[in-house]
Amino acid sequence: MSDKIKITLTVNGTAMTAEVEPRRSLADMLRDDLRLTGTHLGCEHGVCGACTVLVDGKPVRSCLMFGVQANGASVRTVEGLADGDRLHPLQQAFWENHGLQCGFCTPGFLMLAAGALEENPDMTDEEIRDVLSSNLCRCTGYQNIVKAVRLAAEVMKAGPAPQATRS
Amino acid sequence: MKPAAFAYLAPTTLAEALEMIDRIGDDGKILAGGQSLVPAMNFRLARPGTLVDINGVAGLSGISGDSARGISIGALTRHAAFHTPPFSGPLADLLAKVVRNIAHYPIRQRGTFGGSLSHADPASEWCLVTATLGATLHIASLTGTREVAAADFFRGTFTTALQPSEILVRIDLPPLGAGWGTGFYEFSRRKGDFALAMALTALRIEGGTIREARLGVGGVADRALRLAKTEAFLVGQPAHAETFAAAAAMAQDSIDVSEDIHAGADYRRDLLGTVIRRALAEAAA
Repeated sequence: MSDKIKITLTVNGTAMTAEVEPRRSLADMLRDDLRLTGTHLGCEHGVCGACTVLVDGKPVRSCLMFGVQANGASVRTVEGLADGDRLHPLQQAFWENHGLQCGFCTPGFLMLAAGALEENPDMTDEEIRDVLSSNLCRCTGYQNIVKAVRLAAEVMKAGPAPQATRS
Repeated sequence: MKPAAFAYLAPTTLAEALEMIDRIGDDGKILAGGQSLVPAMNFRLARPGTLVDINGVAGLSGISGDSARGISIGALTRHAAFHTPPFSGPLADLLAKVVRNIAHYPIRQRGTFGGSLSHADPASEWCLVTATLGATLHIASLTGTREVAAADFFRGTFTTALQPSEILVRIDLPPLGAGWGTGFYEFSRRKGDFALAMALTALRIEGGTIREARLGVGGVADRALRLAKTEAFLVGQPAHAETFAAAAAMAQDSIDVSEDIHAGADYRRDLLGTVIRRALAEAAA
């Protein structure tokens, strides 16, 4: 009954395979089988959003999906945001605007905002607040997270900074 | 917070899925969006022996039709598909309004229209939409497909007309064409929470007089309720605040409002009046 199933998927652009029990959540598979511990688990029932990752471009709760369901999918986690040492505009904006304190919820907020901004780069303040209302943070009081996402949206729309040129 | 072990099946055709659930019977559960089932499994409130994951079944998603002709919704269509409906008109406006109240953005990327109806939470927005507008549900089994009216589908909290060997495959919503105005109002304590009360309405108003009316409420009883008597009262009345207040009072008197840890009956009855008045006013605006 608990026979393991072998799956293949793409995580942050890299093809990977995993052999997991069907009951293994996508979050646990990422953390324990693929050793990508940037994805955090808070409530494990879809309320807190700490485990948010992108599956085929859409932000989803990875505690409410089973790993086997990601067979053939493209998954992106917080580990895939930065480009080497250069932070993603969202990470940079969280850093500069004090969008985190303890940081536990931050990977979920980053992936949520990344997915939402990819779908709609021109979110209004109201839309940003509506999207962010899905995740919980117990430190910042949210205001700086809203501010960081708003500023990151502007940077992302303006395109990569000139110093970002790479060989 | 880890689910009990289960066997996992991933059919790719409806025929295959139907054969599987027929064979497994009561011990199996269909996995669609999983946004209610998986939390229940993580809490071990649900311990299905086998999950039949229909996410890979071809032909179960998509929206076709338009406001004037009515629409067909594949059961596996994600809530998020209604953020920007692929058609326009009053029905599209209503569904786009409603969807923003369903849980949160990431939940809406995964949760499905048919899954929501099959789960039959008393505070489900899609259950309210189908009950109020008079949807037809298409249910498949190995012996063929049957059609069930939304009014006959919902039997109570988490209880529907679905048998273990059946899959809800398609939902037809009747037209709401030119001339209809729509309103939806939901109250919950926090953004994305289950509604303590909500009302959905569609009115066809000519020269200030209501000619046709649809009105339903959710979150206040064991299932979404279409208020046929209040609809009949509204027809022929002037579309103004006095009429809406009278309709709200009529509904408050006719419903045995439920009571739970989140809200007492008196409070919920009061909310019920407010959400009805606000939904009607929005439809008439």
